[in-house]
Amino acid sequence: MKQNETRKRLRRAMHWICERGMHLLFLLCGIVSVAFVLFISVYLIISGIPAIREIGLVPFLFGTTWAPTAKTVEPSYGILPFLLTSVYGTAGACLLGVPIGILTAVFLAKVAPPKAAAVIRSAVQLLAGIPSVVYGLVGMIVLVPAIQRTFHLASGACLLAAIVVLTIMILPSIINVSETALRAVPREYEEGSLALGATEIETYFRVSLHAASSGVATSVVLGAGRAIGEAMAIIMVSGNVPNLPSLFGSVRFLTTAIASEMSYASVGSLQRQALFSIGLVLFLFILLINAFLNLVVKRRTN
Amino acid sequence: MKKVLSIVLAAVMLLTLFCACAKTEAPAAEEPAAETPAETPAEEPAAEEPAAEEPAEEPAAELSGTVSTNGSTSMEKIIGALAEQFMADNSGVTVTYDPTGSGTGIEAVSAESCDIGLSSRALKDTETGLTGTIVALDGIAIIVNAENPVKDLTVEQIAAIFTGEITNWSELGGEDLEIACIGREAGSGTRDGFESITGTADACVLSQELTSTGAVIEAVKNSPNAIGYASLASAAGQDGINILTVGGVECTESTVQDGTYEIQRPFVLVTKDGVALSEAAQAFFDFATSADAADLIRAAGAVPVA
Repeated sequence: MKQNETRKRLRRAMHWICERGMHLLFLLCGIVSVAFVLFISVYLIISGIPAIREIGLVPFLFGTTWAPTAKTVEPSYGILPFLLTSVYGTAGACLLGVPIGILTAVFLAKVAPPKAAAVIRSAVQLLAGIPSVVYGLVGMIVLVPAIQRTFHLASGACLLAAIVVLTIMILPSIINVSETALRAVPREYEEGSLALGATEIETYFRVSLHAASSGVATSVVLGAGRAIGEAMAIIMVSGNVPNLPSLFGSVRFLTTAIASEMSYASVGSLQRQALFSIGLVLFLFILLINAFLNLVVKRRTN
Repeated sequence: MKKVLSIVLAAVMLLTLFCACAKTEAPAAEEPAAETPAETPAEEPAAEEPAAEEPAEEPAAELSGTVSTNGSTSMEKIIGALAEQFMADNSGVTVTYDPTGSGTGIEAVSAESCDIGLSSRALKDTETGLTGTIVALDGIAIIVNAENPVKDLTVEQIAAIFTGEITNWSELGGEDLEIACIGREAGSGTRDGFESITGTADACVLSQELTSTGAVIEAVKNSPNAIGYASLASAAGQDGINILTVGGVECTESTVQDGTYEIQRPFVLVTKDGVALSEAAQAFFDFATSADAADLIRAAGAVPVA
């Protein structure tokens, strides 16, 4: 009798320990990602501030010349060309990618026959799985010479090539997320619209897309985030010269500025510190864009 | 059933993975001195000091310790070939190489954080207290697309092209095509070499700034408008590009060696004055500058001086 009692108690204690243990494990997992974000933010701020302080915030953000290793003239550390290029590149990719992506999503979710949809969907998913360096390689060997020939340029490596590559790269995230959102629209909404005499196309654009607008907006945020953070693919097609952006000119993005010079910048030099500062600016930039788009999305849905 | 099978399969894959790891790790574990070049060079001399003392007690021929080299990325092939041979001959020695750039390499050796600094340019007058020993010469080849009819340029013409004074190939006897100058990013040894020889430092108007020699060659291959520069070792024998003669002199090993080819730079081993090299480092230094190394240097694509 007594033995039974103690056994029961023991089992309960074991259960309790297991439960607590798992709770702790989950908590730890949760904390790990938060810790990484915090660590990266703090590290970026600490290593990014000194150079900005030395160069000055205004000359750093609004200077138009980037020549950190200049020997015959005073080195200059202006990142306005990179900032503008990143803005233009992302905007251009969204301008091309968002309409194509949303239309594809509508087609996949509503219009396409199931078999065709399955084929296209798997193609899109495949597109998402291609490593960015492959996009860059194909862009460099196919796209850049094509642009050069089409527009009779001296060199096809330009902002336009980068925009085209970025557009293709952000398509999968826009299509996948938008399609999921469109599929989640209750069938009754569409049926109601059709019953009122709207055509199918009218229904998809006026009712389904409207009902799915927050999901679609999320897809745009994701796409923009991917476009602005991409480095490997565009370093190979954009020419990588720190010019102020022009559609057919060789340009350098915030991301590629870091990637191309980090390996050669000597430790402790102002050049290296300035590269960290660019990282900080990029980080804040992405936060800003996300915050702004989230705000727009929230207002829309309210 | 399926679940069990997949778990078993996953376990087998993991096991094989670990096996593979163990195999590659085994030799590394035997030599605690073996460090990846990515490790901070600052630690290496400290680790090597006790090792350097050992042979002093036992005057055996066997060398041991670590030789840390740090510097020019352009010297990767040469140092790689020399280190491989040297380590094969002296199994107790590990030669590490940190590809950080000539400036950093010189800085590192003067701060004594590495044994031998590697520089792909001659030491400047301001870099005092150091000795540079030329281990090899590197010709910088001027390359254009294979379709380009232009075969010869002078150094002045090349400088004018890269500074944007000459903008069309027709001015040089070529087709009516705009010239696209392709260069390397700031900090690259090849860029530094090219710009200092042609006198175009900070004045180049580039249409592409690429981050590797391979990318430059690829870009030139793809564009009939392009002109670029790359080390002779990498450019020689590539399809789709033409190596220009400079002032009528072809870019070959012999013209670089006798100095008639103008666009060339030295590969320099930098040591600090007044600081004795460890036995292992001295042996590596002697090996690299000996006549035995000439074939290795040649195979790595540079021009030996010895």
